[in-house]
Amino acid sequence: MLGWGVDRLRADMSRLLAILFHQGVLDEQFLQLQQLQDESSPNFVSEVVNIYFHESEKLLRNLRGLLLDREFSDYKKMGIHLNQFMGSSSSIGANRVRNVCVAFRAASEQNNRAGCLRALELLEHEYCYLKNKLHELFQMEQQRVLAAGARYPLQQQQQH
Amino acid sequence: MATHINGSWELGAKMTALVVDDDSINQTIHHRLLEQLGIENQVARNGKEAIDIHCSGKKFDLILMDRDMPIMNGIEATRKLRAMGIRSMIAGVSTRCVKQEIQEFMEAGLDDYQEKPLTSAKIISILRKIHHSGSISY
Repeated sequence: MLGWGVDRLRADMSRLLAILFHQGVLDEQFLQLQQLQDESSPNFVSEVVNIYFHESEKLLRNLRGLLLDREFSDYKKMGIHLNQFMGSSSSIGANRVRNVCVAFRAASEQNNRAGCLRALELLEHEYCYLKNKLHELFQMEQQRVLAAGARYPLQQQQQH
Repeated sequence: MATHINGSWELGAKMTALVVDDDSINQTIHHRLLEQLGIENQVARNGKEAIDIHCSGKKFDLILMDRDMPIMNGIEATRKLRAMGIRSMIAGVSTRCVKQEIQEFMEAGLDDYQEKPLTSAKIISILRKIHHSGSISY
């Protein structure tokens, strides 16, 4: 029964990842992150992604703060935030978020405030979707690890 | 081709590297990429820290230099390191893909340039250049 649970979770995770790749939410850079995770760094992916979430939310707040300011004219500062967001999104394989940043940066370079506001809404939407899906993935991973531990308690004890 | 054997490369000694990047995600990923390849490495948060680390007497086989950083950017840091006589392999790393911007960075004294995001394959291609050129910082 427990083995079936682990296998089912593994299948669910694979299915979710396949969907995210198919939708273009993630790209092959996410696979690179997974390759960097091993016994010596077992939580690498979730650690990096959590840093990404923390940094991204700061950047989104900054972008919103800039755009909602009536006196706003500092498109250069906006460009700096967007470059950072693009870079970090590329680094974790957040493909759709990165693409929206590209469009956002184009609007910013044209000093197109209305375009920037539309892009910001889209960016917040894409980011939310990505965050929810990755949280779902990490929850499944946690459940899989717990289930695997319950299945092989003797092995776990021997390792310690 | 450089061969990776028990954390060392064909050149003999264990390789060392310096990651120069202001972004904490890239710092984490690049550090881990190098670590997994058996390369001892440390992180500097900007160009000035990279200069200070070298002034303290440390040397590295490889420097991964980000372009856009606060306090001192990668272009200025690369120029200063070369002016100090540092002959390590310096690979510029950036999201920028405009030819002129890459050219400007290369002219500061880079040996190689890689577009972000970095992967194991990109780092290995840099390491092969170290092997072929035979250049080590010591």
